[in-house]
Amino acid sequence: MIYSKEFETMEHEDLESLQIERLQATLNRVYRNVSFYRNLYDETGLEISEIKSIDDMAKLPFTTKDDLRKSYPYEAFAVPLRDIVRIHSTSGTSGNPVVVGYTGNDLKIWSELVARVLSAAGMTGHDLIQIAFNYSQSTGGLGFHYGVEQIGASVIPASGEEVLKQIQIMKDYRTSALVSTPGYALHIVSVPEENNMDPQELNLSVGLFGSEPWSEKMRIEIESRLKIKAFDNYGLSEVMGPGVAFECEERDGLHVNEDHFIVEVIDPETLQILPPGEKGELVFTTITKQGFPLIRYRTGDISSIVEESCSCGRTTRRIKRISGRTDDMMIVDGNNLFPSQIEALLFEIEGVEPHFKIILDRDEGLDIIELKVEVTPDFIAFDEIRKVQKFQNKIRQLLINRLGLHAKITLTEPNSLGRTDGGKIKRVLDLRFF
Amino acid sequence: MLRIRNLVAGYDKLKVLKGITLHVKEGEIVTIIGANGAGKTTLLNTVASLVKPTSGEIKLNGRDVTGLSPDRIVRGGCALVPEGRQLFPAMTVRENLTLGGYTLFKRKRRNGLQLRLNNIYELFPILKERGSQLAGTLSGGEQQMVAIGRALMAETDLLMMDEPSMGLAPIIVKNIFQVVQSLRDQGKTILIVEQNAKAVLEIADRGYVMETGSLVMEGRAGELLNNNDVKRAYLGRDYKEFTDR
Repeated sequence: MIYSKEFETMEHEDLESLQIERLQATLNRVYRNVSFYRNLYDETGLEISEIKSIDDMAKLPFTTKDDLRKSYPYEAFAVPLRDIVRIHSTSGTSGNPVVVGYTGNDLKIWSELVARVLSAAGMTGHDLIQIAFNYSQSTGGLGFHYGVEQIGASVIPASGEEVLKQIQIMKDYRTSALVSTPGYALHIVSVPEENNMDPQELNLSVGLFGSEPWSEKMRIEIESRLKIKAFDNYGLSEVMGPGVAFECEERDGLHVNEDHFIVEVIDPETLQILPPGEKGELVFTTITKQGFPLIRYRTGDISSIVEESCSCGRTTRRIKRISGRTDDMMIVDGNNLFPSQIEALLFEIEGVEPHFKIILDRDEGLDIIELKVEVTPDFIAFDEIRKVQKFQNKIRQLLINRLGLHAKITLTEPNSLGRTDGGKIKRVLDLRFF
Repeated sequence: MLRIRNLVAGYDKLKVLKGITLHVKEGEIVTIIGANGAGKTTLLNTVASLVKPTSGEIKLNGRDVTGLSPDRIVRGGCALVPEGRQLFPAMTVRENLTLGGYTLFKRKRRNGLQLRLNNIYELFPILKERGSQLAGTLSGGEQQMVAIGRALMAETDLLMMDEPSMGLAPIIVKNIFQVVQSLRDQGKTILIVEQNAKAVLEIADRGYVMETGSLVMEGRAGELLNNNDVKRAYLGRDYKEFTDR
């Protein structure tokens, strides 16, 4: 079902004029209220009144995650703090998290945009929708929660409950739709199999998955094992959270909510805008957000724009499934992780070199992370097992405390990790998608 | 119905509109709210072609009407109820209304005038009673009715109203806005510029917020009514609640 027909099936010309109106209003607001943007535009000598069409956007400088981190915590808000009614933060980033504030109106719009996502996946007011995203800090849990209420379905905020409990709820409450990471969906199926439970006993018919990249192969696996129809969706906390782009029943690319976000794809090296169909970095501009507007935000996610019309009736353009990252960011169980975070941590520990290798694998839907670390040449405890274990535990605990990361720690001899020509170690080995 | 793009206008060296982009769809009541001096009146006067734009584009029913003469704008489907009524006080109500039908004189279809006049009297029965009274002797609310009636005489699809609530008692404002709503229900499209943000947002479908010559917000009327910035700046509500501690 198309939740918001007026906007989702708008004529292209009308949509474009709505976009330029809203973009200009947003630019006027950020110029007045956000010192970061005002300084940026003043430094580059840009008059925001020069932005007269969507094509003129190319004149606007980009915003990066680094810019937002420097604005920690509230510098990039465009309204006074007393107008903010909710604050989310991005998960596990190096340095400061990005803090995102929402006004009451932002939340209202957000709920409607998520309602579009749910409706496009066929969910209605009759559904019982279980949300297995952690509600803490990040946007997945509460973002979907409000959307479910918006369409009048029943929301089951299962959040981070452990998997057996999730399955129990699913069975007893007759959950009809699951919202989670795709990895978690696979994890859920693997468990009943262990316990001689039949996933067919469940009442599930739809799954809405996101917040980590997944493949068509994985979709087929989830669908056949859980006996559901699986949909992809895309969002990121900085831009809003879930509700940015979503699959319709055609499941051939993700429709962008273009009446609220302007999408561009750029070459991450030259920063030139790429034509539809060409792969590059996704860039988003928010045109209705009041609390935390973003102008040309570089997401680091790789995709391309699909311009051909979709047979579902929506006129909004689509983006292809996210196929990777422009940087070395990893997504582990739905949380973002940069190798630089681990490096920074290792610098603090006496006895190891900041030379390491991360091996990511997946077991029954859950991510497994192993960290191989080179010890310093003067590390002499190798012959004392208890000392080694104690040392490993110390690193392990530090990773949990600081990054929320449960990793297996392996200590290796100095210079034992393979280096490439430049003397650098290829730091990440991702086996999850094989 | 009305589509404005990057409109820049002003008086001599003073730039009042600094690039306005907005649209009004058929059958909508759209309002532009903002403080005194934001440029709201200049915007309507520019659309009515009383002020010539420096740059930008005004499209009425898909036709580019930028820079056409004011009477052509009226014939193109857009009439203005000006700020402060601007009636001819020494002329009768009937004469004032008839002037609004001036586009008909040129077309030599004067018999159509009486028909239109009757429609106005149906909408505002009090004006029929006051028909031969001098406009200057009417109360403020009645004068506003004449001003609206005069614009309606041109029978345009789009009606622009400049501060229709100005100087009127709250109960009269309510009446005037009820009329505006019924005009919309009869198929008219309405663009209202107002300082009385609360009253107008209650009847409008959408609104824009204007600050010193630029639009800074667009949204559904209900959204704007609940927006804290709007509340602080234009609704004058709960002043204490909003003052910085």
